[in-house]
Amino acid sequence: MDLVLSRRASGILLTLTAAIVVAPLILPIAGEFLGTDDAGSKAIEASHPGYERWTAPFWEPPSKEIESALFALQAAIGAGILGYALGRRHGSRRRDDADR
Amino acid sequence: MHIMEGFLPASHALGWTLVSAPFVVAGAVSLRRIVRDRPEARLTLAAAGAFTFILSALKLPSVTGSCSHPTGTGLGAIAFGPSVMAVIGTIVLLFQGLLLAHGGLTTLGANVFSMGIAGPWVGWAVWKAATAARLPATVAVFLGAALADLATYVVTSFELALAFPDPASGFVGAFVKFAGIFAVTQLPLAIAEGFLVVVVMAALVGRGAGGVVRPIEGVR
Repeated sequence: MDLVLSRRASGILLTLTAAIVVAPLILPIAGEFLGTDDAGSKAIEASHPGYERWTAPFWEPPSKEIESALFALQAAIGAGILGYALGRRHGSRRRDDADR
Repeated sequence: MHIMEGFLPASHALGWTLVSAPFVVAGAVSLRRIVRDRPEARLTLAAAGAFTFILSALKLPSVTGSCSHPTGTGLGAIAFGPSVMAVIGTIVLLFQGLLLAHGGLTTLGANVFSMGIAGPWVGWAVWKAATAARLPATVAVFLGAALADLATYVVTSFELALAFPDPASGFVGAFVKFAGIFAVTQLPLAIAEGFLVVVVMAALVGRGAGGVVRPIEGVR
Protein backbone atom coordinates (compact mmCIF):
# COMPACT_ATOMS: atom_id res chain seq x y z
CA MET A 1 0.00 0.00 0.00
CA ASP A 2 1.31 3.42 -0.94
CA LEU A 3 0.23 5.86 1.68
CA VAL A 4 2.29 8.97 2.02
CA LEU A 5 1.03 12.13 3.65
CA SER A 6 2.79 15.45 3.60
CA ARG A 7 3.28 17.06 6.98
CA ARG A 8 0.72 19.64 5.90
CA ALA A 9 -1.89 17.02 4.96
CA SER A 10 -1.40 15.26 8.31
CA GLY A 11 -1.88 18.57 10.08
CA ILE A 12 -5.08 19.31 8.20
CA LEU A 13 -6.52 15.85 8.91
CA LEU A 14 -5.67 16.04 12.61
CA THR A 15 -7.21 19.52 12.81
CA LEU A 16 -10.40 18.24 11.14
CA THR A 17 -10.51 15.32 13.59
CA ALA A 18 -10.22 17.67 16.55
CA ALA A 19 -12.79 20.08 15.06
CA ILE A 20 -15.40 17.30 14.69
CA VAL A 21 -14.90 16.24 18.30
CA VAL A 22 -14.92 19.75 19.75
CA ALA A 23 -17.76 21.15 17.61
CA PRO A 24 -20.63 19.62 19.65
CA LEU A 25 -19.32 21.38 22.76
CA ILE A 26 -19.22 24.78 21.07
CA LEU A 27 -22.39 24.57 18.97
CA PRO A 28 -25.65 25.30 20.78
CA ILE A 29 -26.71 21.68 21.19
CA ALA A 30 -29.25 20.68 23.78
CA GLY A 31 -28.15 17.49 25.44
CA GLU A 32 -26.55 16.13 28.54
CA PHE A 33 -23.81 14.28 26.66
CA LEU A 34 -24.54 11.02 28.42
CA GLY A 35 -23.32 7.77 26.92
CA THR A 36 -25.31 6.09 24.15
CA ASP A 37 -24.73 2.70 25.81
CA ASP A 38 -26.81 3.78 28.79
CA ALA A 39 -29.35 5.43 26.48
CA GLY A 40 -29.75 2.05 24.76
CA SER A 41 -30.40 0.31 28.08
CA LYS A 42 -32.91 3.02 29.04
CA ALA A 43 -34.74 2.65 25.71
CA ILE A 44 -35.12 -1.09 26.42
CA GLU A 45 -36.50 -0.41 29.88
CA ALA A 46 -38.94 2.13 28.40
CA SER A 47 -40.28 -0.11 25.62
CA HIS A 48 -40.14 -3.40 27.55
CA PRO A 49 -40.94 -2.53 31.17
CA GLY A 50 -41.49 -6.22 31.95
CA TYR A 51 -37.94 -7.22 31.00
CA GLU A 52 -35.94 -8.36 33.98
CA ARG A 53 -32.21 -7.93 33.77
CA TRP A 54 -31.13 -11.47 34.52
CA THR A 55 -27.45 -10.96 35.27
CA ALA A 56 -25.43 -8.15 36.73
CA PRO A 57 -21.72 -7.39 36.53
CA PHE A 58 -20.01 -9.13 39.42
CA TRP A 59 -17.77 -6.12 39.93
CA GLU A 60 -18.46 -2.47 39.26
CA PRO A 61 -16.13 0.47 39.80
CA PRO A 62 -17.29 1.89 43.13
CA SER A 63 -17.38 5.48 41.85
CA LYS A 64 -17.24 7.61 38.71
CA GLU A 65 -13.71 8.64 39.68
CA ILE A 66 -12.44 5.08 39.77
CA GLU A 67 -14.27 4.31 36.53
CA SER A 68 -12.60 7.24 34.79
CA ALA A 69 -9.23 6.15 36.21
CA LEU A 70 -9.69 2.72 34.65
CA PHE A 71 -10.72 4.22 31.31
CA ALA A 72 -7.64 6.46 31.49
CA LEU A 73 -5.54 3.37 32.26
CA GLN A 74 -6.95 1.62 29.20
CA ALA A 75 -6.12 4.59 26.96
CA ALA A 76 -2.69 4.96 28.58
CA ILE A 77 -1.76 1.32 27.94
CA GLY A 78 -2.80 1.76 24.31
CA ALA A 79 -1.01 5.08 23.90
CA GLY A 80 2.17 3.67 25.42
CA ILE A 81 2.31 0.75 23.03
CA LEU A 82 1.31 2.81 19.98
CA GLY A 83 3.91 5.46 20.83
CA TYR A 84 6.58 2.77 21.21
CA ALA A 85 5.67 1.22 17.84
CA LEU A 86 5.63 4.55 16.00
CA GLY A 87 8.86 5.58 17.69
CA ARG A 88 10.61 2.36 16.69
CA ARG A 89 9.54 2.87 13.09
CA HIS A 90 10.60 6.46 13.07
CA GLY A 91 13.95 5.49 14.56
CA SER A 92 14.55 2.70 12.06
CA ARG A 93 13.76 5.10 9.24
CA ARG A 94 16.42 7.46 10.56
CA ARG A 95 18.92 4.62 10.68
CA ASP A 96 18.08 3.66 7.10
CA ASP A 97 18.78 7.18 6.00
CA ALA A 98 22.03 7.34 7.99
CA ASP A 99 23.22 4.07 6.45
CA ARG A 100 23.10 5.42 2.97
CA MET B 1 -22.08 -0.12 21.12
CA HIS B 2 -21.73 -2.03 24.37
CA ILE B 3 -24.83 -3.96 25.21
CA MET B 4 -24.83 -3.88 28.98
CA GLU B 5 -24.61 -7.00 31.14
CA GLY B 6 -27.99 -8.72 31.40
CA PHE B 7 -29.61 -6.66 28.66
CA LEU B 8 -29.91 -9.53 26.20
CA PRO B 9 -32.31 -12.44 26.82
CA ALA B 10 -30.44 -15.67 27.58
CA SER B 11 -31.27 -17.24 24.20
CA HIS B 12 -29.87 -14.23 22.32
CA ALA B 13 -26.81 -14.09 24.56
CA LEU B 14 -26.09 -17.74 23.83
CA GLY B 15 -26.88 -17.36 20.12
CA TRP B 16 -24.46 -14.48 19.57
CA THR B 17 -21.80 -16.28 21.60
CA LEU B 18 -22.11 -19.29 19.29
CA VAL B 19 -21.99 -17.05 16.22
CA SER B 20 -18.89 -15.19 17.41
CA ALA B 21 -16.87 -18.10 18.82
CA PRO B 22 -15.71 -19.57 15.46
CA PHE B 23 -14.57 -16.12 14.30
CA VAL B 24 -12.50 -15.67 17.46
CA VAL B 25 -10.92 -19.12 17.06
CA ALA B 26 -10.16 -18.44 13.38
CA GLY B 27 -8.72 -15.07 14.41
CA ALA B 28 -6.45 -16.70 16.99
CA VAL B 29 -5.17 -19.16 14.36
CA SER B 30 -4.57 -16.30 11.93
CA LEU B 31 -2.82 -14.28 14.65
CA ARG B 32 -0.49 -17.19 15.46
CA ARG B 33 0.35 -17.63 11.81
CA ILE B 34 1.23 -13.95 11.38
CA VAL B 35 3.43 -13.95 14.49
CA ARG B 36 5.17 -17.17 13.41
CA ASP B 37 5.66 -16.39 9.71
CA ARG B 38 6.34 -12.68 9.92
CA PRO B 39 7.85 -11.80 13.28
CA GLU B 40 8.62 -8.34 11.87
CA ALA B 41 4.86 -7.71 11.76
CA ARG B 42 4.55 -8.00 15.55
CA LEU B 43 5.22 -4.32 16.10
CA THR B 44 2.49 -3.26 13.67
CA LEU B 45 0.15 -5.82 15.17
CA ALA B 46 0.76 -4.39 18.64
CA ALA B 47 0.16 -0.90 17.27
CA ALA B 48 -3.17 -1.97 15.74
CA GLY B 49 -4.29 -3.52 19.02
CA ALA B 50 -3.13 -0.50 20.99
CA PHE B 51 -5.04 1.81 18.67
CA THR B 52 -8.28 -0.06 19.43
CA PHE B 53 -7.47 0.11 23.14
CA ILE B 54 -7.11 3.90 22.99
CA LEU B 55 -10.07 4.70 20.78
CA SER B 56 -12.59 2.48 22.54
CA ALA B 57 -11.71 4.14 25.86
CA LEU B 58 -12.53 7.61 24.56
CA LYS B 59 -16.16 8.60 24.88
CA LEU B 60 -16.53 11.63 22.69
CA PRO B 61 -19.34 14.16 22.33
CA SER B 62 -21.44 14.12 19.20
CA VAL B 63 -23.85 16.54 17.56
CA THR B 64 -26.82 14.57 18.90
CA GLY B 65 -25.99 15.73 22.42
CA SER B 66 -24.81 12.36 23.64
CA CYS B 67 -21.44 10.68 23.87
CA SER B 68 -20.11 7.62 22.14
CA HIS B 69 -16.76 6.01 21.51
CA PRO B 70 -15.02 5.14 18.25
CA THR B 71 -13.86 1.56 17.78
CA GLY B 72 -10.42 1.79 16.14
CA THR B 73 -10.87 -1.61 14.50
CA GLY B 74 -10.59 -0.45 10.89
CA LEU B 75 -6.84 0.17 11.12
CA GLY B 76 -5.97 -3.42 12.06
CA ALA B 77 -8.56 -4.86 9.67
CA ILE B 78 -6.99 -3.01 6.75
CA ALA B 79 -3.42 -3.88 7.80
CA PHE B 80 -3.91 -7.56 8.70
CA GLY B 81 -7.31 -8.59 7.38
CA PRO B 82 -10.44 -8.65 9.48
CA SER B 83 -10.06 -12.00 11.26
CA VAL B 84 -7.35 -10.98 13.75
CA MET B 85 -9.58 -8.14 14.96
CA ALA B 86 -12.01 -10.65 16.47
CA VAL B 87 -9.26 -11.56 18.97
CA ILE B 88 -8.22 -7.97 19.63
CA GLY B 89 -11.87 -6.92 19.99
CA THR B 90 -12.47 -9.72 22.49
CA ILE B 91 -9.49 -8.63 24.60
CA VAL B 92 -10.71 -5.01 24.69
CA LEU B 93 -14.29 -6.01 25.46
CA LEU B 94 -13.18 -8.38 28.24
CA PHE B 95 -11.11 -5.60 29.81
CA GLN B 96 -14.11 -3.27 29.75
CA GLY B 97 -16.61 -5.93 30.77
CA LEU B 98 -14.62 -7.17 33.76
CA LEU B 99 -13.01 -3.98 35.07
CA LEU B 100 -15.41 -1.25 34.00
CA ALA B 101 -18.82 -2.94 34.16
CA HIS B 102 -19.07 -1.71 30.58
CA GLY B 103 -20.58 -4.42 28.45
CA GLY B 104 -20.46 -7.81 30.15
CA LEU B 105 -19.89 -11.52 29.93
CA THR B 106 -23.37 -12.61 28.81
CA THR B 107 -23.40 -9.88 26.16
CA LEU B 108 -19.75 -10.48 25.17
CA GLY B 109 -20.73 -12.60 22.15
CA ALA B 110 -23.03 -9.92 20.73
CA ASN B 111 -20.53 -7.14 21.46
CA VAL B 112 -17.65 -9.10 19.91
CA PHE B 113 -19.82 -9.69 16.85
CA SER B 114 -20.52 -5.98 16.32
CA MET B 115 -17.11 -4.55 17.24
CA GLY B 116 -14.66 -7.38 16.55
CA ILE B 117 -16.29 -9.08 13.56
CA ALA B 118 -18.93 -7.06 11.64
CA GLY B 119 -17.10 -3.71 11.83
CA PRO B 120 -13.69 -5.07 10.74
CA TRP B 121 -15.17 -7.17 7.90
CA VAL B 122 -17.19 -4.22 6.57
CA GLY B 123 -14.19 -1.90 6.87
CA TRP B 124 -11.86 -4.37 5.18
CA ALA B 125 -14.36 -5.06 2.35
CA VAL B 126 -14.93 -1.35 1.75
CA TRP B 127 -11.16 -0.71 1.72
CA LYS B 128 -10.67 -3.61 -0.73
CA ALA B 129 -13.46 -2.38 -3.00
CA ALA B 130 -12.21 1.21 -2.91
CA THR B 131 -8.68 0.01 -3.72
CA ALA B 132 -9.99 -2.13 -6.59
CA ALA B 133 -11.85 0.94 -7.88
CA ARG B 134 -8.45 2.68 -7.97
CA LEU B 135 -9.38 5.31 -5.43
CA PRO B 136 -6.35 6.94 -3.79
CA ALA B 137 -5.02 5.03 -0.75
CA THR B 138 -5.94 7.91 1.55
CA VAL B 139 -9.58 7.78 0.44
CA ALA B 140 -9.71 3.96 0.61
CA VAL B 141 -8.29 3.91 4.16
CA PHE B 142 -10.62 6.71 5.25
CA LEU B 143 -13.70 4.91 3.91
CA GLY B 144 -12.65 1.57 5.40
CA ALA B 145 -11.94 2.98 8.85
CA ALA B 146 -15.03 5.21 9.02
CA LEU B 147 -17.39 2.46 7.86
CA ALA B 148 -15.88 -0.14 10.21
CA ASP B 149 -16.76 2.24 13.03
CA LEU B 150 -20.27 3.03 11.77
CA ALA B 151 -21.11 -0.59 10.87
CA THR B 152 -20.37 -1.65 14.45
CA TYR B 153 -23.13 0.64 15.74
CA VAL B 154 -25.58 -0.35 13.00
CA VAL B 155 -25.06 -4.00 13.98
CA THR B 156 -25.56 -3.18 17.68
CA SER B 157 -28.89 -1.57 16.72
CA PHE B 158 -29.75 -4.71 14.75
CA GLU B 159 -28.90 -6.97 17.71
CA LEU B 160 -31.02 -4.92 20.10
CA ALA B 161 -33.96 -4.65 17.68
CA LEU B 162 -33.87 -8.42 17.23
CA ALA B 163 -34.02 -8.95 21.00
CA PHE B 164 -36.45 -6.13 21.75
CA PRO B 165 -38.82 -5.56 18.83
CA ASP B 166 -41.12 -2.64 19.42
CA PRO B 167 -44.55 -3.70 20.78
CA ALA B 168 -46.27 -1.52 18.14
CA SER B 169 -43.92 -1.18 15.18
CA GLY B 170 -42.05 -4.48 15.47
CA PHE B 171 -38.45 -5.17 14.47
CA VAL B 172 -38.21 -2.36 11.91
CA GLY B 173 -39.55 0.25 14.32
CA ALA B 174 -37.14 -0.92 17.04
CA PHE B 175 -34.20 -0.91 14.60
CA VAL B 176 -34.98 2.68 13.58
CA LYS B 177 -35.21 3.65 17.26
CA PHE B 178 -31.91 2.03 18.27
CA ALA B 179 -30.16 3.26 15.12
CA GLY B 180 -31.37 6.75 16.07
CA ILE B 181 -29.61 6.38 19.41
CA PHE B 182 -26.43 4.66 18.22
CA ALA B 183 -25.77 5.14 14.52
CA VAL B 184 -26.74 8.81 14.18
CA THR B 185 -24.57 9.78 17.15
CA GLN B 186 -21.76 7.75 15.62
CA LEU B 187 -21.81 9.40 12.20
CA PRO B 188 -19.54 12.39 12.94
CA LEU B 189 -17.33 10.26 15.21
CA ALA B 190 -16.87 7.70 12.43
CA ILE B 191 -15.76 10.47 10.07
CA ALA B 192 -13.31 11.75 12.71
CA GLU B 193 -11.95 8.23 13.18
CA GLY B 194 -11.53 7.91 9.41
CA PHE B 195 -9.35 11.04 9.28
CA LEU B 196 -7.28 9.91 12.27
CA VAL B 197 -6.68 6.43 10.86
CA VAL B 198 -5.35 7.91 7.60
CA VAL B 199 -2.73 9.82 9.61
CA VAL B 200 -1.80 6.86 11.85
CA MET B 201 -1.67 4.46 8.90
CA ALA B 202 0.61 6.84 7.01
CA ALA B 203 2.87 7.01 10.07
CA LEU B 204 2.96 3.20 10.26
CA VAL B 205 3.55 2.66 6.55
CA GLY B 206 6.20 5.31 6.52
CA ARG B 207 8.80 6.15 3.99
CA GLY B 208 12.02 4.20 3.80
CA ALA B 209 15.46 5.22 2.67
CA GLY B 210 15.51 7.74 -0.14
CA GLY B 211 11.78 8.34 0.02
CA VAL B 212 10.92 4.83 -1.17
CA VAL B 213 7.56 3.76 0.16
CA ARG B 214 7.85 0.62 2.26
CA PRO B 215 4.90 -1.72 2.38
CA ILE B 216 3.41 -1.99 5.83
CA GLU B 217 4.53 -5.30 7.32
CA GLY B 218 1.62 -7.64 7.37
CA VAL B 219 -0.43 -6.09 4.60
CA ARG B 220 -1.72 -8.78 2.34
